[in-house]
Amino acid sequence: MSEVFTKSMARNIYYGGSVFFFLLFLALTFDTTSALPDRDHRENITPQVVLGKTVWEDNNCIGCHTLLGEGAYFAPELGNVYKRFGNSKEAIKGFIKSRPVNGIPGRRSMPQFNLTEEELDAIAEFLKWTSEINTGNWPPNIQG
Amino acid sequence: MQYSSQSVAKPYFIAAIGLFVGQILFGLIMGLQYVIGDFLFPLIPFNVARMVHTNLLIVWLLFGFMGASYFLVPEESEKELHSPLLAKILFWVFLVAGVLTILGYLLVPYAQLAEMTGNSILPTMGREFLEQPTIIKIGIVIVILGFIYNIGMTILQGRKTVINLVLLTGLVGLAVFFLFAFYNPSNLVLDKYYWWWVVHLWVEGVWELILASILAFVLIKVTGVDREFVEKWLYVIIAMALITGIIGTGHHYYWIGTPEYWQWWGSIFSAMEPIPFFIMTIFAFSAINRRRREHPNKAAVLWALGTAVTAFLGAGVWGFLHTLAPINYYTHGTQITAAHGHLAFYGAYVMVVLTIISYAMPLLRGRAAANSNKAQVVEMWSFWLMTVSMIFITLFLTAAGILHVYLMRMSENPLPFMAMQEKVVLFYWMREIAGVVFLIGLIAYIASFFVGGEEEAPTA
Repeated sequence: MSEVFTKSMARNIYYGGSVFFFLLFLALTFDTTSALPDRDHRENITPQVVLGKTVWEDNNCIGCHTLLGEGAYFAPELGNVYKRFGNSKEAIKGFIKSRPVNGIPGRRSMPQFNLTEEELDAIAEFLKWTSEINTGNWPPNIQG
Repeated sequence: MQYSSQSVAKPYFIAAIGLFVGQILFGLIMGLQYVIGDFLFPLIPFNVARMVHTNLLIVWLLFGFMGASYFLVPEESEKELHSPLLAKILFWVFLVAGVLTILGYLLVPYAQLAEMTGNSILPTMGREFLEQPTIIKIGIVIVILGFIYNIGMTILQGRKTVINLVLLTGLVGLAVFFLFAFYNPSNLVLDKYYWWWVVHLWVEGVWELILASILAFVLIKVTGVDREFVEKWLYVIIAMALITGIIGTGHHYYWIGTPEYWQWWGSIFSAMEPIPFFIMTIFAFSAINRRRREHPNKAAVLWALGTAVTAFLGAGVWGFLHTLAPINYYTHGTQITAAHGHLAFYGAYVMVVLTIISYAMPLLRGRAAANSNKAQVVEMWSFWLMTVSMIFITLFLTAAGILHVYLMRMSENPLPFMAMQEKVVLFYWMREIAGVVFLIGLIAYIASFFVGGEEEAPTA
């Protein structure tokens, strides 16, 4: 890298390259935005699903679980939990409700969040909707 | 120290180190919860410890970046900082906001914190790394804008060097992409899509500009190499960082509901993301080889070289390991990501902040050039203890991640998550032991500030 390759050439590659690839990124984002409705089934986002996402966030579920593979690795993946629990919203609600307040001696346990029946229904609906997103066939199997 | 206003950097560096200690303590708590599941339950559940661990990291790195900017911008601009008073005020605002946030996590259930801070008005909480209450996020924006104003005015009125301008670009990018933290659509796929505009475009985008410019500054100072040489390399590094890193965002868009073509864009571009880190390593070594003086601060030189090498390993090599879509199909959502995250954050951002602290702190404390030889020896011990133990943390987490893939995703009879976790517990114990060694290294690091002895004389 002697005089053949000068500082101003490097600077031009920096400016030109970053502008070009940022514009390309915006173009891909635009295309993705128009392709998403067929994949996320947003027509199924009911007020209950919206509330479910709020419950998900307000209790920081992502702090232990992954959702579509993103989050913490302390507790199971929940993107497909609806299917893993036999397509049952009741099973999801039952699990959340039955967590012991003081945990399980020596083992990991989910906290008892004392959710209302409305919140339990909402989180189950949210997880059902999430399990129907077209994720390119991820996770590889039902265990998540 | 050439300009008296550079001294505002000192409290920023001290706060950064203090919060760093907190981050490591909560890391050890989490590590123990992996093997003793009910440790501190329900007093500090895992998710709370994790928020404290990751949020402290972000806050202390921001303190480090701000301290670095306040130290190097006056020197590069050849003029005093625009407003030292503003820098001091923003320091206390940021520290109080940061401490209040951590206390909020620890003392109140998260759902109650969300309610108390009016999250329903503008919901932004409960997303990984962006757990801060909305009002705190607004505070962060105000602090960063005030900081950029101060730094920007100094640069505008002074000498405009490439290091200055690249640093400023990185800081403005940091502020701009943080704004996506306020966009939280109820459609999870869109939420995740733009969440990465904060997280990825920070750490694999604009933060690399901040990293490269801080490293370039320190290398000029400790080697005395020609500025033209450094500036050319700096442009090459950040050009490659952005050319590969922007479309490289696609490696997060494989399995979250986004179209399949991202598997091609993401794989190809993120496979090239190690390139800027590799160039950074070559750059650091060739700067040292061409040095025109032997700087008495040997510890700072060690940190600078260590940053380049460990960033390449952690961000480059460990990122590449699982970035190709067909591999990521199996590794996504395992400890392999955590392994990469640990070595990348440590190697790139923790180490560059410790590099500038190592270079600047002796000057800020009134030394002519460097600490005593005794103090430097302790500091270099801390370098090796922390760096080697972090490499072992990475290796143990990688092993746990590989077993996760094998036991849950590739074997004939895939195990449920918790059954799999019990089988990898040995690696979690080893990780925790490596974590204790890291803490010992950190204690040695802090101790090095209190080691006396005769200071090293500056060389011409």
